[in-house]
Amino acid sequence: MSVASIVFGVLFCVATVVLLGGLALRIADYARTPAPLKIPTTPAPVTRGGVVLRMVREVVFFESLFKGSLWTWLFGWLFHASLALVLARHLRYFTEPVWGWVVLVQPLGILAGFGMVAGLAGLLVRRFAVERIRYISTPSDYLMLVLLLAIAVSGLAMKYLAPTDVVGVKKFFLGLMYFDWQPLPADGVLYLHLALVAALMIVFPFSKLLHAPGVFFSPSRNQVDNPREARHLAPWAAKLDRS
Amino acid sequence: MAAEVKAPALREFPSPTPLLPGAMEESRPYVANEKIQQTIGFPGELGEGWEKRAIDHMGTLLGKYRSLKVYMDSCVHCGACADKCHYFIGTQDPKNMPVARQDLMRSVYRRYFTLPGKLVPKLVGARDLTREVMDEWYTYFNQCSECRRCSVFCPYGIDTAEVTMAAKEILDHVGYGQKYTNEIIGKVHKIGNNLGLPGPALADTLTGLEEDTKEETGVDVRFPVDEAGAEVLLVTPSADFFAEPHVDSLIGYAKVFHAAGISWTLSSKASEAGNFGLFIGNYEQLRTIALRIREAALELGVKRIIVGECGHAWRVAYSFWNTLVGIGAGGTDPFAVQLQSQLDLRYRQPMHICEFTWDLIERGALKFDKEANDHRVVTFHDSCNVARGSRMGDHAGGQFEIPRAIIRAVANKYVEMTPDTTHEKTFCCGGGGGLLTDELLDLRVKGALPRMEALRRVADEHGVNFMAAICAICKAQFTKVLPYYGFKMNMIGGVHQLVSTAIRLDAAEH
Repeated sequence: MSVASIVFGVLFCVATVVLLGGLALRIADYARTPAPLKIPTTPAPVTRGGVVLRMVREVVFFESLFKGSLWTWLFGWLFHASLALVLARHLRYFTEPVWGWVVLVQPLGILAGFGMVAGLAGLLVRRFAVERIRYISTPSDYLMLVLLLAIAVSGLAMKYLAPTDVVGVKKFFLGLMYFDWQPLPADGVLYLHLALVAALMIVFPFSKLLHAPGVFFSPSRNQVDNPREARHLAPWAAKLDRS
Repeated sequence: MAAEVKAPALREFPSPTPLLPGAMEESRPYVANEKIQQTIGFPGELGEGWEKRAIDHMGTLLGKYRSLKVYMDSCVHCGACADKCHYFIGTQDPKNMPVARQDLMRSVYRRYFTLPGKLVPKLVGARDLTREVMDEWYTYFNQCSECRRCSVFCPYGIDTAEVTMAAKEILDHVGYGQKYTNEIIGKVHKIGNNLGLPGPALADTLTGLEEDTKEETGVDVRFPVDEAGAEVLLVTPSADFFAEPHVDSLIGYAKVFHAAGISWTLSSKASEAGNFGLFIGNYEQLRTIALRIREAALELGVKRIIVGECGHAWRVAYSFWNTLVGIGAGGTDPFAVQLQSQLDLRYRQPMHICEFTWDLIERGALKFDKEANDHRVVTFHDSCNVARGSRMGDHAGGQFEIPRAIIRAVANKYVEMTPDTTHEKTFCCGGGGGLLTDELLDLRVKGALPRMEALRRVADEHGVNFMAAICAICKAQFTKVLPYYGFKMNMIGGVHQLVSTAIRLDAAEH
């Protein structure tokens, strides 16, 4: 077992724990914190089912962003949709036998790698080129885009320029999952790709990437517009009625 | 405090606004003095150890409001909101971009409440809470009218109003309050309304209105106050009692009640629909101010509660009253049941005066001479709090349809402004959120720019000479600001002002 295999094995165990644990804590925190007032941005759905539809439109199609900025929507949606396909494609490295739909999505997933790069590049150029966006950008905003770009480019490089031993990579990850450690193929580009992915997993629960769980907890989007029909009362606010 | 108040030039084609950093850094409202602060239970000044108290209070708010917690974490700096704020468009000050305004607080949040902000503050734009930062908060959170336009375009629904309210709550909590808003909150507790109009003066004013209306119409239209046993309690902004053009809408409500034959009353205790507790984001103030309405309703034994033309008041009434003081339906706890068993729940509780009037029109209970409004070419300005923080009627969007339906029923000439400036995309008048004070006039004039551009277009193309609104702040703000853009100040008026002009009172006798 090479040193690199051990380092990456430990790294991915740590990254997984940080990602899942961090997100779980954060989500629990969001869920526990009350929303004392009805503040949906109206016009808002008047039924629970309507709210589900609103959230689906928001999460799948980025409805509000579409209204707000077409260019940002175009690049942002392209990036996220591509990322979803790329992640789906990568499931083949963690499942044996590979699920049927993952096989089906494989060719699209490869194409989506380029979609990711195009979307991210668009967002990065926008950050530089538009005065307003440049003004509000912090170093971490640029770094996050660069990190994702590097992940996408190194992934594509392994597909087209310097193919790596994907069978070996799959053995390594299945081994991690089933506590039967296997060596990781020695490959510089692979090391880079995996290190960046682990970094992304680790920063996820502490960064603006929290927008992913956050959108589901946004009261302006997830509340039903029915304040006249039902009394909405947070526990801390209910105490005031009794004093 | 700006020396010169100047309206920006109207733009032929609204284009990306170039940035003018620091353009509005001198614009701030008067700070509340010790007496004003202490009257409503806040410390009188920034005392020793305020930094720690501010951070502690931010922590408390983060634990009480999911909105604040989620909004602090979720922003990705995508910039979709950046060019949506009327104050940014009008001032070009980059700190008036909603995302930049939020970041004034988010930078402090990151420093004290997140790991990266504690470890690598520079990298993530985190900063210590200093006096300079607090002054910046005071300056720029007092340049947000909490109109929620930015939240329409945010992919996560981040509502800058929630952030501004939290910031104002923290500022108040450490003794750095705003004079205009906090002084008014003191008045509403002491006298019952924002304008400080005592009960006897109110009764006098209403008697005068009865005489004026009799003279104008020949009909005995009543303006009752404190009449126990009336069917309806009308709660309306106190500006309706004597400010122009507000009072014309009050006369309109009275005529509608008269024509419909429904008994109603005002209350000297609850002689104010406005609730400035909203503007400072203080739940206890919001609730205490709303309690006056509940108490008046219980004392007078009314069956229905109807709210007059006031934007933020309708948001508070529609969205919050049931939560705050049980005015609504569906309550199961004794506190809510006490009131809700008295109210007639066949009607919406509370009800907007436009819902009330429209229901009557739909049932054919009101008759109009539409020609009486023929000297007017009317357009409608959606008020931000009604548009994005409330509803009318039974389905989403009723708050847009019902006022327009009323206007079409009482006037022949109606024109829409450009769709990017109406409905949920409407622009704030520039005076909401507790900024309707003279020392902020420069900001208010600049903030009105996008609405003035849209109005200019319909005025030039269709001869629009009357902009109807259903908000006391919109009416007061436009009355002041319209002349800066070359319009007549009496171009602004209420929906019920139009109703008042056209309604036939003789029909009621049959």
